[in-house]
Amino acid sequence: MSKTTSIARLRVNGDLREVGVPTHYTLLETLRYVLALTGTKQGCDKGDCGACTVIVDGAPTLSCLTPVWEAEDRDIITVEGLAGPDGPHPLQDEFDLNGAAQCGFCTPGILCSAAALLARTSSPTRNEIQEALAGNLCRCTGYAKIYDAVESAGRRLSVSKEATG
Amino acid sequence: MSTKGANLKSDWHLIGSSMRKIEGLAKSTGRAVYTDDVTFPGMLHGKILRSPHPHARIVAIDTSRAEQLDGVQAVITGRDLPIQYGIIPWTPDEYPLCVDRVRYIGDGVAAVAAVDEDTANEALALIEVEYEELPAFFDPHDAERADGSTPYVHDARKDGWNGNITKMVKLEFGDIEGGMDSADVVVEGDYFFEGTTHAPIEPHCAIGQWDGVGKLTVWSATQVPHYLHRELARVLELDQAQVRVRQPLVGGAFGGKSEPFDLEFCVAKLAMMTGRPVKILYTREEVFYSHRGRHPFHMHYRTGATADGRLTSVDAKILLDGGAYASFGLVTTYYSGQLLCAPYDMPAYRFDSTRVYTNKPACGPKRGHGSVQPRFAFEVQIDKLAEHVELDPIEFRRRNFIGEHTKTVNELRVTSNGFLECLSSVEAASGWSEKFRNMPFGRGIGIAGSTYISGTNYPIYPNEMPQSAVQMQIDRSGRVAVFSGASEIGQGCDSVVAYIAAEELGVPLEWVRVLRGDTDFTPVDLGAYSSRVTFMLGNAAIDAATRLKKLVQSSVAKAWDVKPSEVLLAGGAALWAHDTGRQMSIVEAFHLAEAEHGTLGATGWYNTPKDVHGEYRGGTIGASPAYSFTSHVAEVEVDIDTGFVDVKKIWIAHDCGRALNPVLVEGQMEGSAYMGAAEAIMEEHVFKDGDHGRAGLHNAPSLLDYRIPTSLDTPELQSLIVESIDPEGPYGAKEAGEGPLHPSIPAIANAIYDAIGVRMDRLPFTPPNVWRAIQRAREAGTLAKPSAPANATANPPLSETVQAD
Repeated sequence: MSKTTSIARLRVNGDLREVGVPTHYTLLETLRYVLALTGTKQGCDKGDCGACTVIVDGAPTLSCLTPVWEAEDRDIITVEGLAGPDGPHPLQDEFDLNGAAQCGFCTPGILCSAAALLARTSSPTRNEIQEALAGNLCRCTGYAKIYDAVESAGRRLSVSKEATG
Repeated sequence: MSTKGANLKSDWHLIGSSMRKIEGLAKSTGRAVYTDDVTFPGMLHGKILRSPHPHARIVAIDTSRAEQLDGVQAVITGRDLPIQYGIIPWTPDEYPLCVDRVRYIGDGVAAVAAVDEDTANEALALIEVEYEELPAFFDPHDAERADGSTPYVHDARKDGWNGNITKMVKLEFGDIEGGMDSADVVVEGDYFFEGTTHAPIEPHCAIGQWDGVGKLTVWSATQVPHYLHRELARVLELDQAQVRVRQPLVGGAFGGKSEPFDLEFCVAKLAMMTGRPVKILYTREEVFYSHRGRHPFHMHYRTGATADGRLTSVDAKILLDGGAYASFGLVTTYYSGQLLCAPYDMPAYRFDSTRVYTNKPACGPKRGHGSVQPRFAFEVQIDKLAEHVELDPIEFRRRNFIGEHTKTVNELRVTSNGFLECLSSVEAASGWSEKFRNMPFGRGIGIAGSTYISGTNYPIYPNEMPQSAVQMQIDRSGRVAVFSGASEIGQGCDSVVAYIAAEELGVPLEWVRVLRGDTDFTPVDLGAYSSRVTFMLGNAAIDAATRLKKLVQSSVAKAWDVKPSEVLLAGGAALWAHDTGRQMSIVEAFHLAEAEHGTLGATGWYNTPKDVHGEYRGGTIGASPAYSFTSHVAEVEVDIDTGFVDVKKIWIAHDCGRALNPVLVEGQMEGSAYMGAAEAIMEEHVFKDGDHGRAGLHNAPSLLDYRIPTSLDTPELQSLIVESIDPEGPYGAKEAGEGPLHPSIPAIANAIYDAIGVRMDRLPFTPPNVWRAIQRAREAGTLAKPSAPANATANPPLSETVQAD
């Protein structure tokens, strides 16, 4: 197989990175194998399970179906980029408190879908949460604890928004 | 190991409360490391070439072109690994790569290691395999009837035997026919449970590393590092001391990673040949083909009961479709019968189970190993019996309650038993009495019950050693290090040992460090299977922690001139029980103890009772130190125009003995009920039949086509924890990971009947299957809401035998 390598310019979790990658690489392969951001998971590599979900320009995106060149010059947030200097994102903390991550393998993708939802609305209805997570398969939890975690995180975000005015 | 005297909830600061998991934040921040996240400089990527034929002889393999491809470092075939393996020591029937015969589409025949994945894939395409195709067996009945005119799936072990038979078990307890004769009603029916698979979100992955002078390390997403350790050594012809298995966090398993797989042997061999680390990550398609999931069961049940609703006799005949290899099949065959004898008292019981090989991916253990299928059939049988004797099905179940501290008809010892409380919990929470037989046509509610083991009293290979052990040591900073060999697959076992260490030693949970998953450094735990871990590891952890606690108590007592039993360790301090104002920091207490007793470390272990089963062949299988009990109520809405079953809600009551951390217990209950509901209404692990595509080809080897529930498909789930406080469990705990799956399926079947009067005796309840059943009922004129049971005592006894369809 002839391989062509090119330079991709990516903005990942706020860092501008220029990396040499085979041109057929997906964003998932680039994140995991080139940038060592292994928090993003590969569950099926064909867009069925949602474990590879990252946030691209605010929208949850399947990184395994995204050619790396399509992600160039766009804002990419992975699970590693959700936490800030003050600590974990409320979603990350609430997933822990509520037991929303069992094996944890789908968790990074679900967190990205949920974070994109909460960025739109911090008080989603249960049905809105279900719709937002419908592209992420979880095989452990039956989703119940995940809903609880997203709702609790939303409440915390509302309070902190009010506090900061 | 005794928990006597510590059974009052108020005694504890942590146990019984909702706590974080020790690796919870690592998982939610992306720091958690799974096998595919591990890489090494110079690491090669391996790939396995798989058979396109369901059954064929390998005539020749030419790997020369692959070997010459730039970037390929090694190519192996079955001849490089000629020793058979298998999880059950008596049935090793698999080679890491097939030597002379392939037995299912997907069987491995060669493997390569190359500089990257693309080159490895390219090399596979250059390997030439010449096959001689053989007739294949797909239907288990055909396999059972085979006469040897075409080659069996495996060679017969003796002349004249059928080589397609893996195992036959026939066990009989009590007077079967006498029990049937004394019954007022006998219900007889055929049931079919379609195969399903685990579908963990993490695909199998393994890395081999050879140090060049005699030490092999294998990282693997396995549930059974200890058994993998043994089998790697045996197949690779190394001393066990040369092999180290490391287990990063496992991204879901459900039984699908509980035996050695081809990739683990291949990475090891390829690493030994190349001197470089080699990784193989299964594609999702390979995960489906490697399977080891729930066996399809063809079941026939005959069950008798008296007019006042007491079981008199149960007779079962079961055919298990095992696929191409034995896997855990010997145990599955026993479990298909042995685990049915509670929570109901049955005076007579017989089962006659046969597992056959077929040319499909091998079946094995999936959550609720071997007992989910018969439980489906039997709980529907009970629903039919209750209807015939005109009893409410919950009342019918109550009347047959086996009790606690008793023995089953097949002589298994039952200790704690909270089944009656499970029944009343779901009855009350679901509004059963207002809803049963009382909702509009199309809407229904159903009940089912079950039991499951908390581990097995006998390990997979015979030995008298402990089943689980931990080591604990105390640092001068007050930190507690726990070395645990248990397999963290998401259920929370690393956290359980940490909770116990913190509880017993009085340190904050954050001070406990768990070093895990490494056969070189952690004591043996047999693996995450048969719902054994919390029970056994928990008892081992209590054992270790109380040894240390006694040392600390004695030193503090000496300093205070009080009795050791009066010294409490809690909340980061040592306190005097009679005046908690008298206290010192726990670090100070540890220093006193270390000064007096030397470095503070202890080993604790647990082994199972060995004398609590029947003295018959197979009597040890199914014997467990404790049994969990579960009851579900499911509510459904059935669309009679489409056959679509919408499971609205499942109420889950589970007797877990004691909930050490209720959040984790609820998570297991909800995950189990979800998985059961999925098997009921969506999942089918099936293969093409030759008329619709290549025979033996997987029908849906992707997470899009093999349909598992999304957030929008999953019913509402409500957990109701029941605590029976088991006398031998850690703080009274029993299992919670598998038991709560069982009743989902029959509860949904029984709810469908309540909704539309149609019995669903064949799984799954997908729209086409339900729609066809509705059409049959419509033609028979039986499509209607069933009538409510009359008062039981007012009913005349029924004497006819009822033939279910």
